[in-house]
Amino acid sequence: MNPIEVSFLKKYYGDIKAIDGITFSVNPGEVFALLGPNGAGKTTAIEIMEGLRKRDEGDVKVLGLDPWKEGHKLHKKIGVIPQDFTFFEKATPREAIIYYSDLFGVKTNLDQLLKEVLLEDSAKVLFENLSGGQKQKTGLALALVNSPELLFLDEPTTGLDPNARRAIWDVIRGLKAKGKTIILTTHYLDEAQQLSDRVAIMDHGQIVAIGTADEIIEQHGSGERLEIQGSRELANYMIANTELVVDYHKGVISIPLKQKIDALAALAAAEQSKLDWGEIHTRRDSLDDVFVKLVSGMVNEHGEIIIENKSNSSNN
Amino acid sequence: MVSVRRIASDFRVFSRGYLRNKFGLFFGLVFPVMLILIFGAIFSGASSETINVYVQNQDTGPFSTPQMDVATQFLNSLNSSGTVLLVTVNASENFSNYLADHSASDGIVIPKGFSASYLAGQEVNVTVYGNPTASTSGIVSGTVYGVITYFNLKYYNPNASPIIGMTPATVNTEQTKYVDFLIPGLIGFSILVSPMFSLVNISSEYKKTKLFKQLSLTPLTKMEWLASKVIWYITLTVSSFLLMAVVGIFVFDAHITLTIWLIPFLILGPMLFSSLGMLVGTVTKNPETAGIIGNIVTFPMMFLAGTFFPISSMPQYLQSIAQVLPLYYIIEGLNNIMVYGNYNGALVDLAVVTIITVIIFLAAIRVFKWRED
Repeated sequence: MNPIEVSFLKKYYGDIKAIDGITFSVNPGEVFALLGPNGAGKTTAIEIMEGLRKRDEGDVKVLGLDPWKEGHKLHKKIGVIPQDFTFFEKATPREAIIYYSDLFGVKTNLDQLLKEVLLEDSAKVLFENLSGGQKQKTGLALALVNSPELLFLDEPTTGLDPNARRAIWDVIRGLKAKGKTIILTTHYLDEAQQLSDRVAIMDHGQIVAIGTADEIIEQHGSGERLEIQGSRELANYMIANTELVVDYHKGVISIPLKQKIDALAALAAAEQSKLDWGEIHTRRDSLDDVFVKLVSGMVNEHGEIIIENKSNSSNN
Repeated sequence: MVSVRRIASDFRVFSRGYLRNKFGLFFGLVFPVMLILIFGAIFSGASSETINVYVQNQDTGPFSTPQMDVATQFLNSLNSSGTVLLVTVNASENFSNYLADHSASDGIVIPKGFSASYLAGQEVNVTVYGNPTASTSGIVSGTVYGVITYFNLKYYNPNASPIIGMTPATVNTEQTKYVDFLIPGLIGFSILVSPMFSLVNISSEYKKTKLFKQLSLTPLTKMEWLASKVIWYITLTVSSFLLMAVVGIFVFDAHITLTIWLIPFLILGPMLFSSLGMLVGTVTKNPETAGIIGNIVTFPMMFLAGTFFPISSMPQYLQSIAQVLPLYYIIEGLNNIMVYGNYNGALVDLAVVTIITVIIFLAAIRVFKWRED
């Protein structure tokens, strides 16, 4: 049986459909990412799976348990970092781990755990004085105290600097290597791509695409296209003189290739025009491109999804 | 099942955090002692029932034997009445100017030749200065009149033992000083303030920062969580109680009784206000509202429940309000035990406090949610 089985899950806050009928399952040993803009319903979904929120409709089984009704049983078997993890300000990571070990009634190898989350150096620093990355690592350490087989990480790197993010990624990769099943939410595309085996893209409470990154691109992306640096004049010339579909946007002429030979026709037209043109290359839609198509938002230079007007995010 | 191990480990983390926070420690332990020192100092100077009376004795002798110096005997009698404290003014001063300079209204002048006149059986008058609008002047003239009567009676039978003597009688209630009742009041104050403000703050902050949600993912139960807070605030209250009692007794010579009867109040009090604080922090939406509601609940108790002023000194309608405040019964109980030795009264207070505490504790546990629907 899969660690997580979710079917037709719904959750409403008044009139707002936070989760609007989602179905998916997570395989053992897999890193599964819920990717989507803020407000897509990722946190609500993950909190329902953790047993922190009650669902309105549908069925959820986590490690074979109903998370809401059998939360007490479930919580001994899972590890969780909530969004914006925080802890008692006047306690150190070391004390926090001892505290959690006492609560769970387990023996913890303190040094080994601190090493696993790369926190040996700041084990005796008060939580309030830790950096964002160190706080997040403390959260990871606490999530691991009870040696869970299943981990929930709700936006584990939000607000961290690039180095801290990479350090957290390293820890997560280490956990995956040990065979833990991990479900994480993120609004960073690169994080989903770097860490996860499969991705579910969420928007407005629904899953709009699910699968490996390649599968999603395959299903929702356009095929290969040729891009030529050139002027609008050149684009117009090509439209007038070929049967190709030609798009122009900010100095880049983009031509979908129905067949490879279309590239030759495009380049021949460019040569005939006697106009200047620069670099040429072919490319496929990346996950970013697919994302922008699927989700009512766009991606900023940090790979973070931002919601904007449909008209602004259009390519034409 | 409630687990002692989990309560102990939560207690350890919480108390350590508390002790690392100088601010909390200040309000928990130092502040109540400071209040005792401040209020004790303010009210011990102008304190209690003794009134300063300025005395100018113009009858300075010389006398052949000490028995001839009736003026001094007269003043000694006045002094031993206990109601007035005599302050001697030099015979060369202009007495009424002196009173005005010292903003004083009560004074006595013994005229020259007082002793001789008395012994000769001749009429002689003692002048008593007083401001009729001041409450003290009645007491002063009453006291002087009493001593005069005593001396007049004594004159008719000078060799016999005095017909009427004056023995200062002590009745417990009359001897109560301000500081005696200030100590139970301020112990009540610290029983209220520390757990109440702290739990309002903690429970609303933990809700906001989702720390409660996090804790709900561990085997710790909300009952265990609250129990560890209650135990900590009992510890803090007992420490602060001991500090205040020591300061009261050694600095202000307070007459307070310390018995094991106090223990139930020192346990139930912090339990009551920890639970009430948690209840307020839980039912409110955010820390800001929690703070406001917390203040609305706390402030009337802070001033009306007999903390700084005796309930009996308040107007009747305020006394009626005071009687619906839970802290009132704690402070009244402490007063009954520490000051009046009225254990039957204390038992009634204890019963009321127990019932309120149980109700509030259960309500807090019930209303408080780790998770959201």
